[in-house]
Amino acid sequence: MSQPYRTEKGGQIDRDRKISFTFDGERMEGYECDTLASALLANGVHLVGRSFKYHRPRGILTAGSEEPNALVGIYRKGDQTPNLRATQVELYDGLEAISQNRFPSLSFDIGAVNDLLSPLFPSGFYYKTFMWPKAFWDRVYEPVIRAAAGLGKPPKNPDHDRYANLYAHCDVLVIGAGPAGLAAALAASETGARVILCDEQASLGGSLLSETTATIDGKQPADWAEDTVADLAARDNVTLLPRTTAFGYYAQNFVALAERVTDHMADPDPALPRERLWQVRAKEVVIAAGSIERPMVFPENDRPGILMAGAARTYLNRYGVKAGQKVLVATACDTAWQAAFDLADNGVEIAAIADTRKIVPEALMTIAEARNIKVRTGCVVTATQGRKRVSGALLGHVSSTGAVSSAGDVACDALLMSGGWTPTVSLYSQSRGKVVWDEASGNFLPGAHPQNERSAGACRGLYGLNAVLEDGYAAGEDAAKSATGKSAKCTYAVATGAHAGEGGTLGDLPNDRDASRVKAFVDYQNDVTAKDVKLAVREGMHSIEHIKRYTTTGMATDQGRLSNMNALAIASTALDKPLPQVGLTTFRQPFTPTSFGTFATSSRGDFFDPVRKTPSHQWAVDNDVVFEDVGQWKRSRYFPKDGEDMHGAVARECQVVREKVGLFDGSTLGKIEVVGPDAAEFLERMYTNPWKGLKPGRCRYGLMLNDAGFIIDDGVIGRIAEDRFHVTTTTGGAAHVFATMEDYLQTEWPDLDVWVTSTTEQYAVIALQGPLARDAIAPFISGIDLSPDAFPHMSVATGTFSGVPCRLFRISFTGEIGFEINVPRRHGTMVWDTMAAEIEKLGGVVYGTETMHVLRAEKGYIIVGQETDGTVTPDDVGMSWAIGKKKKDFVGKRGLARPDLIAEGRKQLVGLLTKDPRIVLEEGAQVTKVPDPAKGTSAEGHVTSAYHSPAAGRSIALAMVKDGRALHGKTLYIPMPGGAIEVEVTEPVFVDKEGGRLNG
Amino acid sequence: MLLIECPYCGVERPELEFRCGGEAHIARPEDPSGKTDEEWAEFLYMRTNTKGVYAERWRHIHGCGRFFNAVRDTVSDKFLKIYKAGEPMPDLASLAKEAGK
Repeated sequence: MSQPYRTEKGGQIDRDRKISFTFDGERMEGYECDTLASALLANGVHLVGRSFKYHRPRGILTAGSEEPNALVGIYRKGDQTPNLRATQVELYDGLEAISQNRFPSLSFDIGAVNDLLSPLFPSGFYYKTFMWPKAFWDRVYEPVIRAAAGLGKPPKNPDHDRYANLYAHCDVLVIGAGPAGLAAALAASETGARVILCDEQASLGGSLLSETTATIDGKQPADWAEDTVADLAARDNVTLLPRTTAFGYYAQNFVALAERVTDHMADPDPALPRERLWQVRAKEVVIAAGSIERPMVFPENDRPGILMAGAARTYLNRYGVKAGQKVLVATACDTAWQAAFDLADNGVEIAAIADTRKIVPEALMTIAEARNIKVRTGCVVTATQGRKRVSGALLGHVSSTGAVSSAGDVACDALLMSGGWTPTVSLYSQSRGKVVWDEASGNFLPGAHPQNERSAGACRGLYGLNAVLEDGYAAGEDAAKSATGKSAKCTYAVATGAHAGEGGTLGDLPNDRDASRVKAFVDYQNDVTAKDVKLAVREGMHSIEHIKRYTTTGMATDQGRLSNMNALAIASTALDKPLPQVGLTTFRQPFTPTSFGTFATSSRGDFFDPVRKTPSHQWAVDNDVVFEDVGQWKRSRYFPKDGEDMHGAVARECQVVREKVGLFDGSTLGKIEVVGPDAAEFLERMYTNPWKGLKPGRCRYGLMLNDAGFIIDDGVIGRIAEDRFHVTTTTGGAAHVFATMEDYLQTEWPDLDVWVTSTTEQYAVIALQGPLARDAIAPFISGIDLSPDAFPHMSVATGTFSGVPCRLFRISFTGEIGFEINVPRRHGTMVWDTMAAEIEKLGGVVYGTETMHVLRAEKGYIIVGQETDGTVTPDDVGMSWAIGKKKKDFVGKRGLARPDLIAEGRKQLVGLLTKDPRIVLEEGAQVTKVPDPAKGTSAEGHVTSAYHSPAAGRSIALAMVKDGRALHGKTLYIPMPGGAIEVEVTEPVFVDKEGGRLNG
Repeated sequence: MLLIECPYCGVERPELEFRCGGEAHIARPEDPSGKTDEEWAEFLYMRTNTKGVYAERWRHIHGCGRFFNAVRDTVSDKFLKIYKAGEPMPDLASLAKEAGK
């Protein structure tokens, strides 16, 4: 018979809609509205996975997002999503699920040998076992551990799903749609406040969906929930978000929600994203997260078939599934009794109720008696049997001294347990609230509220349906009033039945077994036992944070929601310290595992980062460019022709620039317009150089330091008019230089009458370099006399290029005659295309950044960030000449006088020539005095730039070397894996040392 | 993400629009060359780095571009006071006391 554990009627599943799915290839049936977990249980499947460390057979433990065992992989469209909790996976037709962490099969798993070897894996075993031999770590231990560890396997293909995000604002965000959350949403929305209500489950209603012994306003709780949800859905000011987990609570009521949009659909609309990230800014938050049931820590409490009593009740009442045919209930509190009664009423045999308490409420005893259920008080489970499914349990009687004596055995095919309820304070804790120990209930509860938040219902330790509803209404009214100042009359629904229960236990239970052989699990997902926690304390871990990390308890995906309280109680006993003094570890985001896709949303691939394109971009693409990424810019690196490699292309480009002319796109250069009566004064203070004497129409190379005295940027600055400068910066430094200027201007010298404006995006910069550069531009430039005398090196003038206004600079970063045409960005492509055609006539070349680097290195021109690294002064790179000696102050002047900056032995810029001219050094390589320096010897310096130079006909390099300028002509070494390379120190100029070519 | 009110724009905007500029009220000396090495090192590198109430510079870099100052509790991340550049530093002790209430 299919679904042998399904009840005949009841539950909120749609029995008319059968759904077919597979688990590890086996075809099964369930119903619409089932979860994978409820459908598996309906088919009698409890064994669904293997545990993390010992590979023990594990079953479905809970019915919620805290599930530690039933982690499965789901196949869809050829890809697999691992580690989904079967309790949250909604059934759809054709769903394919697989179990995890087993080989070769779930039923026969070789890794299970770990369970027999478990004495080898005590807590902290990683730290103890793999200490020696040291070399084994990389080659043996780590690969083996990595292969064995983990649960599901990561997907092999890139994620082809789409993920969306949106920002939302509301007056009241209600988290959790159980009785408290629904009531809060009703009350808050009544005032007209904008309300968002989210819940991680598919159906809103929370515990109401599993409650059958109460009524609300005369209705069944599930019916009341359905009516209430319909009422809320009809309100314009309410947004309902089922399948939406509030996973992170951040500052100022910024709450992140993950909505699962399509995972529950058999055939989702491809237009829909798989998940949606909601970033909600709420004026007020109501947390109605409820509470979860605590496992009992008794020996072998992890066998398939052992599950939480509340979960069994949910499976029965909500999904119409019986956890077993003969069920033992082990409990320390009242609520589990109701699970037993409900099951008994559905024809399940209750083998016994074993309650740790000696005295249980008379009312419960009466009901049990009426159903002929055997009750064992003062009893604990001391052992369980059955490998792949529980088959029985041993009970023990606890005497008043705490000694345990055998109380016989009970056969069963399912064991329900309940150690009491733990309020879910995770989100409250994430809001930076400090939990407070409540002695009466034995729980940590929310304390003061650091944000505009309130907790309502079970998550603040309040039980009993009517009390929870009332608390929800009150919280909703209060939140709406705080958010909007408005209140409205809201009629409270009244509940009867489902009163608060009593009882509960914390920590491990006593037994009569050999303590060294007992496994009583505290954290199921990480395979941490009570013994492990005690061992950690014995080995000196006295802080709960240390115990957590040493044993890994509470580090599972539920963030310790199931395990923390038991672990804490065990540690507290072992430490002989009151529980609140041991303290609770911090609950962190995310509340439940959240996919990377949801965090990334659309910021993937092309959308990861904006791409900045230069005016020559399309031309470059059409001409087989190889791009390089410089920040967000796509810059042309080189233009290979006829199968050239980079070396060949760069050699050709270099040669043609020096012999004829080259065209280069310099539009990425930072540009800042500095304007105002105090513009020159401002630049005097910002740059090392003097500016007041610079005539309009002239340019000067400027060096910018920070106040520590180190070079942070450089660039040519042209004076356009008395009160107007055109400042250029490095490509990478543009934003920072602009921000630094604003900083000084606004905060140090607000008296200066200057305006600075970033014009990087406003100007296209097309550079022509080489002996024929003037000939190339001359036909197109009007209004500027280009003759060498009228427009010498370091000039700037305003004119037109083919009728378009332009600022023409005569500057050079190659050592050749050079012009830079600045035109409004919209004309950049026209200028580029015009010049590209023109230089072709002249036999010129288009070159990229690689050639630009070689040409400037041949001249010893530094690049900030390559020759400099934030610890380099102007003198270090031979630029003392750039410092305005007469200036009283500039940024960095005082820094330059610091003792370490004027001391002997600073690294200085030099050239290096390898003995073998064919060898190109490696940038970043260390420079030493001897070929094979003794271990521990400091390097003398490092190579900053190294290229093959076509003009020099050999390799060249720039380097920063200690007292380098005094070493010209000396031999140094570059130790490399293949042996030391001999180099000669030279001045850092390799081509046209006199600089005559600049001035033609 | 924090919400910060720009005192020039007069509106609350997400932290993304702003950049923190370190401790506030550290003026660059009028005559740097007159300072000793120790004094200059103090100006360059030494910051109070308070755990608690701290005055710091912020810039509405993706908004109006203006620098302003803010007193923030570095433990709770709450802004206790936001004021324009050039205005005197508020009494941090009394702000801390007020926030503690």
